[in-house]
Amino acid sequence: MPSRQVGPCYNNPVPYIIEMLDIVKNFPGVRANDNITLRVEQGSIHALLGENGAGKSTLMSILFGLYQPESGSIRVRGREVKITDPNAANALGIGMVHQHFKLVHNFTVTENIILGLEPRSGLAIDRKKAAARVRELSELYGLNVDSEAKIEDISVGMQQRVEILKMLYRDAEILIFDEPTAVLTPQEIHELMQIMRRLVGEGKTVLLITHKLKEIKEVARTCTILRRGRLVATVSVESASEESMAEMMVGREVDFHVDKAPAMPGDVALSIRHLNVRNAKGLLGVKDLSLELRAGEILGLCGIDGNGQTELVRAITGLAEIESGSILLKGRELAGMSVKGRLDLGLGHIPEDRHKHGLVLDFRLDENLVVHSYGRRPFSRRGVLDSGAVRANAERLIAEFDVRCGEGGATPTRAMSGGNQQKAIVAREIDRSPEAFVIAQPTRGLDVGAIEYIHKRIIGERDKGKAILLVSLELDEILDISDRIAVIYNGEIVGAVQASETNEYELGLMMSGSKRQAA
Amino acid sequence: MAKKGSALVIPLVSITLGFALGAVVLLATGRNPAAMFLALFQGFSGVNVSAGSFNPRYIGEFIIQSMPIILTGLSVGFAFRVGLFNIGAEGQFLAGSMGAIAAALWVKAPPGIHVVLVLLAAMAAGGLWGAIPGYLKARFNVHEVVMTIMMNYVALNLNNLLIVDVFGSADRIKTAMFPASALLRDPALSALTNGSRLNWGFVPVLLAVVAFWFVIDKTAFGYSLRAVGFNKDAAEYAGMKVNRNIVLSMIIAGAFAGLAGAVLTVGTFNYGRALPAMEGYGMDGIAVALVGGNAAIGIFLSGLLFGMLKAAQPLMQSQGIPKDIASIIQASIVLFVAMKHGIDFLIRKIGARKRAEEVSEALI
Repeated sequence: MPSRQVGPCYNNPVPYIIEMLDIVKNFPGVRANDNITLRVEQGSIHALLGENGAGKSTLMSILFGLYQPESGSIRVRGREVKITDPNAANALGIGMVHQHFKLVHNFTVTENIILGLEPRSGLAIDRKKAAARVRELSELYGLNVDSEAKIEDISVGMQQRVEILKMLYRDAEILIFDEPTAVLTPQEIHELMQIMRRLVGEGKTVLLITHKLKEIKEVARTCTILRRGRLVATVSVESASEESMAEMMVGREVDFHVDKAPAMPGDVALSIRHLNVRNAKGLLGVKDLSLELRAGEILGLCGIDGNGQTELVRAITGLAEIESGSILLKGRELAGMSVKGRLDLGLGHIPEDRHKHGLVLDFRLDENLVVHSYGRRPFSRRGVLDSGAVRANAERLIAEFDVRCGEGGATPTRAMSGGNQQKAIVAREIDRSPEAFVIAQPTRGLDVGAIEYIHKRIIGERDKGKAILLVSLELDEILDISDRIAVIYNGEIVGAVQASETNEYELGLMMSGSKRQAA
Repeated sequence: MAKKGSALVIPLVSITLGFALGAVVLLATGRNPAAMFLALFQGFSGVNVSAGSFNPRYIGEFIIQSMPIILTGLSVGFAFRVGLFNIGAEGQFLAGSMGAIAAALWVKAPPGIHVVLVLLAAMAAGGLWGAIPGYLKARFNVHEVVMTIMMNYVALNLNNLLIVDVFGSADRIKTAMFPASALLRDPALSALTNGSRLNWGFVPVLLAVVAFWFVIDKTAFGYSLRAVGFNKDAAEYAGMKVNRNIVLSMIIAGAFAGLAGAVLTVGTFNYGRALPAMEGYGMDGIAVALVGGNAAIGIFLSGLLFGMLKAAQPLMQSQGIPKDIASIIQASIVLFVAMKHGIDFLIRKIGARKRAEEVSEALI
């Protein structure tokens, strides 16, 4: 079929490396991209900002060849192209670091990078040559990756660098990062920013999908803002303030400051004494840990990822057995109690891994919103489900928590964006209104509007007299909404302070184990 | 996420391709595919198009062939919905058969009640046979595939041992005849279909199909089973009893297969049989469940389809068509269903080309 020029003609003297013109993409019930035009200058960091479901990932998936647009055209280096699949994108020098890495866990770094493009000597893989090339690239861009380490042995931040190296190994010129900082610690985020600058310094172009304004302000030159599938504006980051970008993204003024009244702590709701829990490797992940959580307060637990937070949360919620110690909820011993028993006693849990624990991705959204309560009235009577009640519950929560989904309660959960999946979990759990609420990473991967809302709801629960344990890797989040902060390091609580009397610096020292402070 | 329609499209395309492949094989070996299709048609409708005659016996035999594999299909499908691959429908089928033989020979009860007791005994025996791998999976994480395959052999040899040494057999091949009260047979049904082996077995089969649908799709218990099947971790997080569900689902799966054993033993036959080898009802169940998309109505329909292929085999042979063609068709349908991603891809490609043509036409 001969290609035909449809729509207006564009003639640009500016050296844009990528031009996506008047892109339209529909999904069942949603127009994900509505006439979006994006122009990216060569050698720049271009941010794509928008709330969950604004159409950022869709637009980038079109550029990467995962979706075909209904209409619109794409030009790369001034030439009109059809990107039919990711291989075509690779051939054009476009590479993508996905939010969920695509790595083989028991392969080494080098093996993962060369996968599919192995240098050969005869029939065998030329490992030396491969490793040398990986090292060379790693040094050039300051990635500092051990080329012989196995993926399962390296940190998430390192894994991300392997993904970056994979693109560089394939001579990608245009690198798309899909929410790259969602899984990183503050330290790793900082290093990633350095790496991006280095990439651009070497002539690469970076497209950064994010909803974190701080990061955009720090590294990006240009920022394109999308809202509900439409282009709002493309601005120069230098001249735009965080507030103005947030406003454009959300469509209203955003309150960065979290308003809350001082806590009025009541009785001890959850008491943990001398708790020891083994981790997946069989070592003690939580060591002789004691904590008290009072009704009407938010206790923030901060620490660098992998210091025992996961084990602690699993022990409290019943997903892991404890080695010794005790966990008392309203005076009742939780150790040995079933998960259901704990939930019925008034425990709530927003899990850190929304795909593994939080949702049954193959369920519809309305089914996912009753995972705890499906067996009770009004959702079932005498063991028979009432699908009308299940649907009505979904409609109510979707409206109240602004969960965006194409087909209401019937939306396949897997088809929803990550942020809206998280909103669905938060909606379900807050709706249960538990007495003691363990909340892990509640806003990971969410946009400012959603974060603001979820924080308000968490504080609202506190004001109702609920006890909240907030486990988060985001220091800002901990500082913003906690009343008290406990720092976990190497499975132990190394400090407990009032949120109003501490700062990022002090917490950072405790998180790295160089300072201890008792409450 | 696939759209709703594709749950139906893939099996239909696969079935069409399967028959087409069978026709191609016939053409390649110099035979007329039309004869095969006529034989298949006669196999389930009883209508002989070329002779212009109708014999309802074929309909009866077609139903007889379909009944046990619908039940073993339900067995495999039910376990699959809970994330378990039940290769053991064969063994559970045999266990059910043993239970049916025991109840038929040893229990004395009035007609009507006796046969119900026979069916219940078969379901209990099949359920027990399923419970063992289910419990080992839940308690010790023993893989159900390995376990159920082994249990199949145990069931086969136990069956032969019981027939000879416990139930008693004069010729070491079959037991004594069952009393009429234990049988699903009914001369009226047989007469209705010109002397076929048709019996009341279709009643428990239909009840089982409805029960499968109701439990899986309509009950809170079924909801928790599906949750476990899709995502064990999330089910555990939500406080569901994952291990209990695994054991229960294997018991229910076993009961379906056990019922199939009874339908065959006190329906198609009226004595217990020692078997030289497995008969493949459980294995057919895997194919039926796969093509039926592990849903009640799908399993029912695909069971009928494979029942038709089985029933038409003798007819095909009489037409000079090797009966193995039926096996080729059955196997290739399963193969095409297993290649669903490839088929999905093809359908979308064709669809995309059509759309592109429409767009270019609209532009002209």
